[in-house]
Amino acid sequence: MSSEQTPPDGQNTVTRRRLLLGVPLLGGAGICGVAFWKMLAGMQTGSFNPHDINAPVTGRPVPDFTLPDQTPGTGFATADLKTLTKPVLINFFASWCIPCIAEMEALLALQKQLPIWGVAYKDKPENAAGLLKHAGNPYARIGSDRDGRVAIDWGVSGVPESFLIAPGGMIVWHSAAGLDSPEVRDSLKNALKAVSG
Amino acid sequence: MSPELGRFALALACVFALAQAILPVLGARRRDRRLMALAPGLALGQLIALVASFLCLVNAAVTNDFSVANILENSSVTKPLLYKITGVWGNHEGSILLWALILGICGAAVAAFGRNLPSALRARVIGVLGGVAAGFELFCLTTSDPFDRVWPAPLDGQGMNPLLQDPGLAFHPPILYTGYVGFAVPFAFAIAALMEGRVDAAWGRWVRPWAVAAWCFLTCGIALGSWWSYYVLGWGGYWFWDPVENASLIPWLSGTALMHSAIVVEKREALKIWTVLLAIGTFSFSLSGTFLVRSGILNSVHAFAQDPARGIFILALLGLVIGGSLALFAWRAPSLTSGGLFAPVSREGSLVLNNILLCSICAVVLTGTMYPPFMSLLFGKTISVGKPFFDAATIPLAIPLFTFMGFGPMLPWKRAQLWPVLRRLWVAALATLAAFAVTVIGLSGVLPILCATMAVWIIGSSLTDIAGRLALFRVSFSQSIQRAKSLPRSAFGAALAHIGVGVSVLGLAVMSQAQHKIVEVHVGQKEELAGYEWTLTDVRTVPGPNYMAMVATIEIHHNGHLVTVMHPSKRSFNAQNQTTTEVSIHTNGLADLYGVIGDKHGPDSNPTYVLRLHYNPLAPWMWFGALIMAMGGALSLSDRRMRVGAPRRAPAPDVVAAE
Repeated sequence: MSSEQTPPDGQNTVTRRRLLLGVPLLGGAGICGVAFWKMLAGMQTGSFNPHDINAPVTGRPVPDFTLPDQTPGTGFATADLKTLTKPVLINFFASWCIPCIAEMEALLALQKQLPIWGVAYKDKPENAAGLLKHAGNPYARIGSDRDGRVAIDWGVSGVPESFLIAPGGMIVWHSAAGLDSPEVRDSLKNALKAVSG
Repeated sequence: MSPELGRFALALACVFALAQAILPVLGARRRDRRLMALAPGLALGQLIALVASFLCLVNAAVTNDFSVANILENSSVTKPLLYKITGVWGNHEGSILLWALILGICGAAVAAFGRNLPSALRARVIGVLGGVAAGFELFCLTTSDPFDRVWPAPLDGQGMNPLLQDPGLAFHPPILYTGYVGFAVPFAFAIAALMEGRVDAAWGRWVRPWAVAAWCFLTCGIALGSWWSYYVLGWGGYWFWDPVENASLIPWLSGTALMHSAIVVEKREALKIWTVLLAIGTFSFSLSGTFLVRSGILNSVHAFAQDPARGIFILALLGLVIGGSLALFAWRAPSLTSGGLFAPVSREGSLVLNNILLCSICAVVLTGTMYPPFMSLLFGKTISVGKPFFDAATIPLAIPLFTFMGFGPMLPWKRAQLWPVLRRLWVAALATLAAFAVTVIGLSGVLPILCATMAVWIIGSSLTDIAGRLALFRVSFSQSIQRAKSLPRSAFGAALAHIGVGVSVLGLAVMSQAQHKIVEVHVGQKEELAGYEWTLTDVRTVPGPNYMAMVATIEIHHNGHLVTVMHPSKRSFNAQNQTTTEVSIHTNGLADLYGVIGDKHGPDSNPTYVLRLHYNPLAPWMWFGALIMAMGGALSLSDRRMRVGAPRRAPAPDVVAAE
């Protein structure tokens, strides 16, 4: 190669400088290249989807979260769901949400067969408490998700939304529609049967 | 002008490009003058073939040839002629063809304007451009052929997204692409210099105009895109830190750094290795941006037809271009001899600081953009990085940049004293202090106050710099005019571009105080916003050529005087089952009044309408500043020294690289 340009302090310095420049640059570019290639390959097989909102809909364990108490119930966290011995229905609701209020009657009927834990979504604690006072309280435990961050991890797109949690903390069923619809209730019953065996 | 002819011309261009990539470079290596002399002819041949190919596609669009899949999917008989032409590059296949065409123009421009380059350097630069062009033309031919036919041909096409039928967006892609692709020329110069193993002042002087030109186009392209989203999307925003926007901002930042470091190479023969790396990096960022967007890896609101198979082709192309150039860089750069020494406080020192800060901002934007896909790949977590991160991470880096922008251009080369320079800036410092006092009262938030203050500092010190060079107020006015005539235009250009930055930053800072409200009103109802009284006086339905429009009339009064009557509308396109909002903007130069009409609610007898009203102070300044920046760049391009005064190279022991 370019013998004229070699500095007088010898070939060793040039080699060292080449490594100094080459290893980080090419290494960085190489890592990015491999990562991009993996992403593309994953997109073709469906295992990598950048447009996925990654909601733990069904077949995934519950996300990590802790919810503070919401009167009149006590809050709960991931650990409570992971140590379940019986299935539980998680229901996201809000006092400002008309379909949630419409759903309350169905929830009150359902709670006799299946414990329901509620999450007050983006709601003022006093308003949520007021709703449960008027409409009745179907929830065994209630957590308050004041800023809606826990709902993001659950992939909630709007209230009401319900998740059936199997013992061990796996989400086995999910509905973005209210439980006042008989079709949704039937679907939940089937899922419950499958869990209970 | 059949589509097959277009495809043939594209294939021909690809053959020309391959020949252009191989023969002149081989000639430069063997010092064969005949092979080197082929370069301009091949570049011109490639350009002619590309123009022919592009015209075939335009012809197919204009004559409604719906047997061409690309035209079928993006055009229809009722589309206005302007959008039939501009729609050619409004889709993936056509835009890649436009990329190749612009690259071809760049190659031919180097051939035409580079007559005074040493023949070996010119042959290599044109050769590298040919190699890149060949890659893109192959990509176009193999995975995104714009000339694919469908049979049987339907009677009408599927039409174009009505949002894209807008003059601002029609010319946004060519300008933006010219910016992206323009950085291929500094890239080619960098590769050629590495092949030769020689970077000197003359090289810096040849590279700089190309970098400045590309930068001007990229600046205009980004501003135009931002302006389009402001007045078309109708939610009052102008920059969303969307990956596609970031993909254009990243090369802009590194290109700005390149433009500045090339000055140091030209004047002082220092920072050579760094400048070569920046030239490689800037073009690599342009290419990767395209790749990330087109392959669908980055989740963006800008929907391109996304296809992972295409992604693999571009990834291979990227690997070849970026990997190859970095390998060459690592191999050859250490043997580049380093040039002039300088003290930390000097013009060079301030330009180094400029580069460090610009590259840090660039790294922050890059990290924020790439973080979500990497998190998703490595940890399976989906996150999004948005405005809070970018604001918090970039503005603290931008504020020192703005500070040094003020006095950096006034520092002498090699070694400088800070105090005498600062003393000359007392007027600008006073103006800055006054601005600080005003903004503390007028604006809320620490960052907007700091940014607005620094903007005044940039404008003030740039004006002081020019006034100092002209010796305004110290000598007679006619003498100052004389001085202005002898002062190089690039000095005016630099000051103008810096003033442009100040104007933009001021616009951005004050725009952060924008007010808006969303109201549901009956006809005749009054609303109050920012001291203006907005009254919805009328809503009527007006048919358009291929849509129905709901047009509102809003009267705006201020202190009892009628300011303006605006007519925002909402268009429903039946063909695409899509609605668009036509924003109405009234500007007085200092603030925009911005009205949007939304949905109609309630019974037809007594309906209510959702209105979105914005008061955007200094909004036009953001884009006006970008225009000033580009004008500054253009002014410095018109400098005689940049155009013709390229120096002859000092006789080199070996211009052509040794074997």
